Amino acid sequence: MKNENDKSIDGSARVKLDSTLVRSTESVSPDQLPESETCLSVQNLSLYYGEKIALQDISMRIPRKRVTALIGPSGCGKTTLIRCFNRMNDLIDSVRIEGRIELNGLEIHDKEVDVSQLRRRVGMVFQRPNPFPKTIYENVAYGLRLSEKLPKSELDDRVEWGLKSAALWDEVQDRLSDSALGLSGGQQQRLVIARAVAVKPSVLLLDEPASALDPISTLKIEELIAQLKADYTIVIVTHNMQQAARVSDYTGFLYLGEMIEFDSTVTIFTNPQEQKTEDYVTGRYG
Amino acid sequence: METSEKLPKDIGAFHRQRVGIGSWFQSGDPWIWLTATAVGACIVAVLGLLGLIAFKGLAHFWPADVVTIDFEGDSGQFRIAGEVVQREFIGRDQYMEASPTATQVEGEQVERWMIKSGNRKINAPDFRWVYRHEIVQQRKDCDMIVFERAEWGNAYGTLVEIKEQGQSVSVDNLWGELQNRIERVSDLRDQARRIQKGAINRINYKLEKLRLEKRNRELKGIVNHTDLEIERERLNAEYVVEERRLRAITSQLDRDEIDLKIADGRISTVSLSDVIRAWRPNEMSLWKKLGHYFSSIWIFLSQESREANTEGGVFPALFGTVLMVLLMSVLVTPFGVVAALYLREYAKQGPFVQLIRIAVNNLAGVPSIVYGVFGLGFFVYLVGGSIDDLFFKAAQPAPTFGTPGLMWASLTLALLTVPVVIVSTEEGLTRIPSELREGSLALGATKAETMFKIILPMASPSILTGVILAIARAAGEVAPLMLVGVVKLAPTLPIDGNFPFLHLDQKFMHLGFHIYDLGFQSPNVDAARPLVFATAFLLVLIIIALNLTAITLRNRLEARYREAML
Repeated sequence: MKNENDKSIDGSARVKLDSTLVRSTESVSPDQLPESETCLSVQNLSLYYGEKIALQDISMRIPRKRVTALIGPSGCGKTTLIRCFNRMNDLIDSVRIEGRIELNGLEIHDKEVDVSQLRRRVGMVFQRPNPFPKTIYENVAYGLRLSEKLPKSELDDRVEWGLKSAALWDEVQDRLSDSALGLSGGQQQRLVIARAVAVKPSVLLLDEPASALDPISTLKIEELIAQLKADYTIVIVTHNMQQAARVSDYTGFLYLGEMIEFDSTVTIFTNPQEQKTEDYVTGRYG
Repeated sequence: METSEKLPKDIGAFHRQRVGIGSWFQSGDPWIWLTATAVGACIVAVLGLLGLIAFKGLAHFWPADVVTIDFEGDSGQFRIAGEVVQREFIGRDQYMEASPTATQVEGEQVERWMIKSGNRKINAPDFRWVYRHEIVQQRKDCDMIVFERAEWGNAYGTLVEIKEQGQSVSVDNLWGELQNRIERVSDLRDQARRIQKGAINRINYKLEKLRLEKRNRELKGIVNHTDLEIERERLNAEYVVEERRLRAITSQLDRDEIDLKIADGRISTVSLSDVIRAWRPNEMSLWKKLGHYFSSIWIFLSQESREANTEGGVFPALFGTVLMVLLMSVLVTPFGVVAALYLREYAKQGPFVQLIRIAVNNLAGVPSIVYGVFGLGFFVYLVGGSIDDLFFKAAQPAPTFGTPGLMWASLTLALLTVPVVIVSTEEGLTRIPSELREGSLALGATKAETMFKIILPMASPSILTGVILAIARAAGEVAPLMLVGVVKLAPTLPIDGNFPFLHLDQKFMHLGFHIYDLGFQSPNVDAARPLVFATAFLLVLIIIALNLTAITLRNRLEARYREAML
């Protein structure tokens, strides 16, 4: 809050971020973690839209069952990078990818990989809540019906479990057969998280999950992320630096398609190694 | 400083300064008036059109009074009786030209009445004009009866006597007796009809099947047809029985006759077997007339036409129209939707796809008769001919599918309307937010699963919009149908009790063509004219009904998906 306000009045103001915001106690750099702790490993990843380069030689190791935040100014490639992890960029014809991304040691661009299976393992939540125009129940059951042939009672259980995981069950348990479009924005976003969680992925990609929500809904989503961390590897893209500081264990700073610095959140916000990182987290630009 | 001094003047600037026409134009009011006038003109045109055909069509069924008129014609005094179907004024010059020997008249205009005087066998013509100023006397006789006849149109006259097998029947209540006897004849006629359309039709159909089966065997080189011969003998025997029953009934039909005294005093004998209904309009109360009116409309809707379509109902045409439109919808919807899905979801967007899209849009502008010619050349002769060669060799040289018929008409119209469905489906597909597709794909759905579970349901309102437009266009189309399956008179409906029940190879009747036929091909223009309007009104109603059904359905679906589209 502080840095953004200061910046808007005078771009040259230089105020250190309040490091007390950082809740994570992780202080080891992800590169120094043992191999077994790595969930997603990105190696020399470059991505082109036609001739234009969008991501340049990115390497990073995303630790298992931790929250990793990607920050950076608009257009720096955060969303492009996160969409590489479940191969959503395949949908765009002009995209060309070089380098490797390994999920638990398996290259995801391998010819043998079934993209649908990959996306079941790597769930994704988008910036704008996008519930399907179906009932609340059907929204959560959607992914389950695709992958598993569950009997009705088990399906009910899984839907309930998904909604409970997303801290939505108490609010919607009486109206599961109502349209999901009748929920508030924050509820819709948690429903979308429930939908992603219900298929039991190992990774959750959150692409600015709270940017379209009000402060209270944002708070709920952040609390939810803290809970989900116990079972899932979470990668979150955010514009909001306080949010990155609050929710993440590790933070990567992207600038113009390059990974400037990737380290524990404590380090990034208190003792960044790169000048650009420091400028950004203290509000010099962004 | 500066501003505070100028303040009072600036406030003044808020007041309207220009007055008069200039400021009126500037205000935008004329623009509002112009646009409102355009809408008003459209509404007036539509309501006027509907009102005119509705009035002219519906008035036909009203049991008008029969007027007996004495008039002074060119060659003496005449008396005619009939319904006044039209009153109009003509210019004096036109009048003088039409009847040069006529008496001089005052004024610029001459009023004339068109009288439907019926009795076509005796009076010719059955419609005639009478000039208002020539009328000496007019009155309404209570005992004037209108007879609706199966042939020769209406008869008008008073009842003199009823004869049973040539012998006069003496009863007090002639009118009541007549009604009873008409009912008897009508029952007999129904029985005869049932035998003809039921048993005899079925036997004929089976005999034809047997003939084809025999021919089939001959083509395969089998010479033993004993079983077929036995079956044929059995059917022939059955036929003889049915025919005897039918003859027994029809012979009873001719039992009664009536003597009518027509307006000019002559006596005319009418066989009751010809009479369908009789009524006395001059003594009917308003309620009775209303009852008669609605029963006339029901007859129009539910019965077959007679007398080269100028009498009776339009049921076969109504049935054919609805059936053809439904078949067309069933064909065009999946075809158009699948094509649109490919264009929008699978094909790589680029100049080539854009070219195809433009071509599809332009197809909608091709004149419909061109589609008719294409349907005849491609569907009927090429496809139908090939089907005949492959599957219906036994029936040749008579064509089965190699001749215009219901299926080819439906297919041709489906082809005609498929661009509409493609365009509106594509529009619906582009309107679906990409977030929803991505949401589904991100959950591990394949493109096909996303299509069936998310995209198609959400595009369904647009698909239905396309179908609505297709129906609206197809139901009113006549030109191509004349080439690929519509006929003036089809002896049987395309759906009946004989397997396979729906006969796609049959020719059928259609309201649009019926209108054309009544209006331009009818031997009796005056009798057909009101039916042109009635049929046109019915066609409009059918299209409205079909559209309303589809629109209701679409609105329901739209309500379900509206919020997701925002």
